[in-house]
Order: sequence, then structure tokens, then C-alpha cells
Amino acid sequence: MTPAGSLLIADELRKSYGPTPALDGVTFSIHPGEVVAVMGPSGSGKSTLLHCLAGIVSPDSGTITYQGRVLTDMPDAERSALRRGEFGFVFQFGQLVPELTCLENVALPLRLTGVRRKDAERAAREWLERLEVADVGAKRPGEVSGGQGQRVAVARSLAGSPRVIFADEPTGALDSFNGERVMELLTEAARSTSAAVVLVTHEARVAAYSDREVIMRDGKAREAEFTV
Amino acid sequence: MSIGHTLLGLLESGPRHGYDLKRSFDDQFGRDRPLHYGQVYSTMSRLLKNGLVVVDGVEAGGGPERKRYAITEAGVTDVGRWLAQPESPEPYLQSTLYTKVVIALLTGRSAADLLDAQRAEHLRMMRDLTARKREGDLADQLICDHALFHLEADLRWLELTAARLDRLATAIRR
Repeated sequence: MTPAGSLLIADELRKSYGPTPALDGVTFSIHPGEVVAVMGPSGSGKSTLLHCLAGIVSPDSGTITYQGRVLTDMPDAERSALRRGEFGFVFQFGQLVPELTCLENVALPLRLTGVRRKDAERAAREWLERLEVADVGAKRPGEVSGGQGQRVAVARSLAGSPRVIFADEPTGALDSFNGERVMELLTEAARSTSAAVVLVTHEARVAAYSDREVIMRDGKAREAEFTV
Repeated sequence: MSIGHTLLGLLESGPRHGYDLKRSFDDQFGRDRPLHYGQVYSTMSRLLKNGLVVVDGVEAGGGPERKRYAITEAGVTDVGRWLAQPESPEPYLQSTLYTKVVIALLTGRSAADLLDAQRAEHLRMMRDLTARKREGDLADQLICDHALFHLEADLRWLELTAARLDRLATAIRR
């Protein structure tokens, strides 16, 4: 996939933890509305790539460009603001704030960007409905099932109208039925809003919801030789 | 798939013409591979000969005669026996993929590249099936899920084999 028209481009990323290279010259790009699965065995560098692309971890060398802005050159505060405003996140565990209700959790990204409570909660309610969990809005995360909690997390990742959603093993803690439904809802919602999705997974059935995949092995990325 | 038993099972709900049986079979099971009329009539002839169905009526029209078939008591018993008999799991012990990996290693070709290409092909098929599942009804979803779980099992084997290529190369050269 060529970087032309790409939303997010990584070039020659390198990152080591001690003597072990987690990323060894990785190049990556993603277009608006595209879902790209990053696959590979444990320890192959999948999550490190996601964390670097999202500006959570700084690479040792290489550049990441988001819409023409070089992420790797930005001061921390600017990068944090970009993450809040442009990126959404879904992780496997522990991402919802336990003290807040599910509705408040979904509204949180909007509140953090200055949206009034009433407007943020109205938008959050719509996302909860779209993710088929409108009935858990008043409950706290500890009071809902794993599948419901993950749908709430997906709703939250989408609520701020992000341009890129980073999903790290988003169905890893779910059974097969719930996992697939979460993937259906996540990819449908992302495509309908032209958000790009970087999806880290080791499950082929989850990766099958993507448009293409990148295989990580020993810190190197290998793109499959086909695209859809 | 046992076409005979399937057609017998479809007949249990009531007598039908060969054409209706074919249509019912295709609707339920034959979207990718519909039955030929010849298969239906040859199967019904065999079931008739074995006493599992009887001709319940014949309609004469402008074209060929249309026989209406009904299942017999023996036919019902045969369907019950077929359903109660578990299918033999297919262990795939003579895997072509394994053979290709070994030959690649023995001939100095890249078994890792072979496994990568196969993984890409499997994922492409899984993506097609997932798309079909999203647009399909419950029957489509279950048929695709069956195929997807098998492809996923193959992929797990591909991953495991990729991680053990060095050991396999040593073992087969002994």
C-alpha cells in the first residue's frame, strides 16, 4: 500500500527495550476509512507499533506523520492534545473509569475536549444505542458483563469522532460470539465515519474484519501480498 | 454429504415431486453447489428400489411424467439411524501443507515464505467469508462460521509450524 493519500504514515521505526529490538525498521501507512490488522505472535512488536503510531511511546528513530504533521517532532503537550482530539482507543482490559457510569465513560472524550455535559451525554447515548448497550448507560463498568463493557469501550472510542481508532486486542477477553459482534459494530461504525482503524490482534477471525493485514515478526513488518 | 439421506429427510415433512425436492435441497444446502436434476432422479430411483420411498402419485402433463414421492416407514427409520450415527472426524493426517513444508526444507527452498503465502491465502478466504456472513442470513452465517473455524485451525497450525521450522529442518535431515 503506497503512502499517497494516507492519514498516518510511519517510516523506518526502530524501538528497543534493552538489547531486544521491538521494532526493527517498520514502515506502515493507513488511509481514511481503512481497517488494517496488525498480526503476529506474542512479542513480535505488534503492540509497540500501535503505541508508537498513537504517540503513546516514542520510537528510538524513524518518523510518524499524521496528516502532514510529524508526530515524532511534537512536544508532549501537543501530542497529547492530538491524541485526545483525533484518536480513539480500545484495549483489552481496564479501560473504563470504574467510578463513572457507562454513559459518563462514553461522554468523557467529549468532555475532555470542552463539549458541554448535556451535549456530550446526548452524543454518548446515541453511541451506546448504536453499539446495542443503551440499557447499561446508568450502570458502572463493574456492574456490566465483559461483552457489554467492551461495547461501551468501543462507543467511547468513537464518541469523539476520531480520525484514527487504535484497537489493541479489542476482543481478547470476549467469547467468540461477543467478539465478532464487537468487531462488526466497530468496523461498521468506523467505516461509516471514515475513521481509520489500526487493529492489533493475534486472532485470524478478528483480522478477517479488516481490509488488509500487516504481519509482524521479530520486530519487522511484512505486508500481505494482496489488498481488497 | 449423503444426498440420499438428505432427500429422505426432506421428504419426511410430506410427499413431494422431484423438482420440489431439488428446489428445497438447493435452498437449504446447495447455494454453492446446486443439485443436478439427474442426481435427484438417480437418487430417488435408488431409494425407490431399496423400499425407502414409494411413488405416491403421477401427474401427466405436457412434458415428462412428474412422480410424487413419499417416504416409507423403512425410510423414516433409515433417516433416524443416519442422524444418530456420529460423523467420523477428519483428522487430515495426510496434509498437503505439511508435505510442501517438508519438501521445501529438503530442497533448500524457503518454507517460511511458503507458510507466509499460505497464511495470506487463508486470510483472504476468511475475509471473503466474513463479508458474506455480514450480508447473509442465519443459514449463511452458520455455513460460513463452519468454514471459518476450519480455516482458523489451519492458520494456527501455520503459525505453530512457522515457529518450529528450524527444529523440523533438523529432524527431517537426520
